[in-house]
Amino acid sequence: MFTCMTNSPDETGHLAELVGQKIREGTVLCLEGDLGAGKTLFVQSLARTLGVEGEVTSPTFNLMNVYEGICRIYHFDLYRLETEEELDDIGFYEYTEEPEGIVVIEWPDKFPESLPDDYIRVCITRTGETEDSRRFEFTSVGEKNQEFIKELESFVHSGH
Amino acid sequence: MEKNQEEILTLAIESSCDETSAAVLRGGREVLANIISTQIPVHQKFGGVVPEIASRKHIVNIMPVIDECIRTAGVSLKDIDQVAVTYGPGLVGALLVGVSAAKSLAFSLGVPLIGVNHLEGHIFANFLSTPKLEPPFMALVVSGGHTALVDVRGYNHFKMMGQTRDDAAGEAFDKIARVMGLPYPGGPRIDALAKEGNPLAIDFPQALTEKGNFEFSFSGLKSAVLNYINSEKMKGHELNKPDIAASFQHSVIEVLVGKAFQAVKEAGRDTLVLAGGVAANSGLESRLREEAAKRGVNFSYPSKILCTGQCRHDRLPRLLSGSGRPLQRPVSQCSAGAWS
Repeated sequence: MFTCMTNSPDETGHLAELVGQKIREGTVLCLEGDLGAGKTLFVQSLARTLGVEGEVTSPTFNLMNVYEGICRIYHFDLYRLETEEELDDIGFYEYTEEPEGIVVIEWPDKFPESLPDDYIRVCITRTGETEDSRRFEFTSVGEKNQEFIKELESFVHSGH
Repeated sequence: MEKNQEEILTLAIESSCDETSAAVLRGGREVLANIISTQIPVHQKFGGVVPEIASRKHIVNIMPVIDECIRTAGVSLKDIDQVAVTYGPGLVGALLVGVSAAKSLAFSLGVPLIGVNHLEGHIFANFLSTPKLEPPFMALVVSGGHTALVDVRGYNHFKMMGQTRDDAAGEAFDKIARVMGLPYPGGPRIDALAKEGNPLAIDFPQALTEKGNFEFSFSGLKSAVLNYINSEKMKGHELNKPDIAASFQHSVIEVLVGKAFQAVKEAGRDTLVLAGGVAANSGLESRLREEAAKRGVNFSYPSKILCTGQCRHDRLPRLLSGSGRPLQRPVSQCSAGAWS
């Protein structure tokens, strides 16, 4: 587990860029944080870094957006869902169980039981210092990403 | 024998998000029947309640909805001259159900299949409420999933002037409403509260307002409202919900109105059309109407039943001029259509 702070949307974008440079195909990234925390902003910058050229927008309404970059990015938003059965209906597990490309999930905390065994949890909180200051906590859930998290930590801290 | 254009019967199918629906139209502008899955008791046949958000549930719904639609229209399948279907944007799995059903029907009936972009569907709802409407015109599409300015150059020729970079306007309405503790759907609640509040009480930001920029961004506004609400709570102040609603709505509306009329001017159009679920917002509609009158621009917007509840995809399937385009590509590649 490691944490880092950002003080502006630009810094959040830069952090996502660093994550984008290191992230591997097959990774599931779960982004937790209140409304306005910067989840979609994080995904936008991550997707740009991975070569996505088109619009990267909030999938709240569509439930899932797919972007084509150097690999595919599946961008889920569970905000609007109410029951676990609905995850089945949108084919959620088909994307998370043996992920191809990169899977990003906003509002994963709505369905903690339904998340895959291995994922990277990114928890965004407001520090309260200024309106724009945020604390990012990266945790590896499951065995698979343990090494990666350590690698990411040194990379982020050296480039931040 | 060629049928008269005005007699052509179209079966239109939509399954891009929450609901499965089908309609039969005569001559493109007269709705003979419009059936939405939630209107018919499919679950009685299949047992259990059918949840709304359901790509797989579309499979359960699609045939009963089409059957019911044909029956209500008082026609039979063999009378259908063409089949239209929403091909995107939307949930791929959900879209596939409607597209597959439409393809099979068109194939077995030996009639043309027409792919309709979801945004076109929103826009074309205006042809039903304003029968004299003809392209070219400028369309402002504002819904839970989309915010876009589309130059409609012909029935089958569209130019995207700009769309949202982050959140759709309707989504911002719903999320702000939730934080303010208003029940779903939030949009109409904010609209109602806003009438009691002062739109200039709080100075919320308006994004990307520079001239010639037709893109939208509502994420910053959403954050600004959330920050305001949080800081008021921290100070122990009671929230003035009407003022927050009015000021938030004011920011959204001013951006939409400003850009819409700039786009009208830039494209040299004399008509502005409002479309999408947020078209039901009375504040937006009245500001557009007022501004249109001032500028001598014609203004059309769909009746509320055609744009329906906030943050719900338009429920009225759609059709159009009779001149369509073939739909042979797989759904996932069908995003461009005749858009430029």
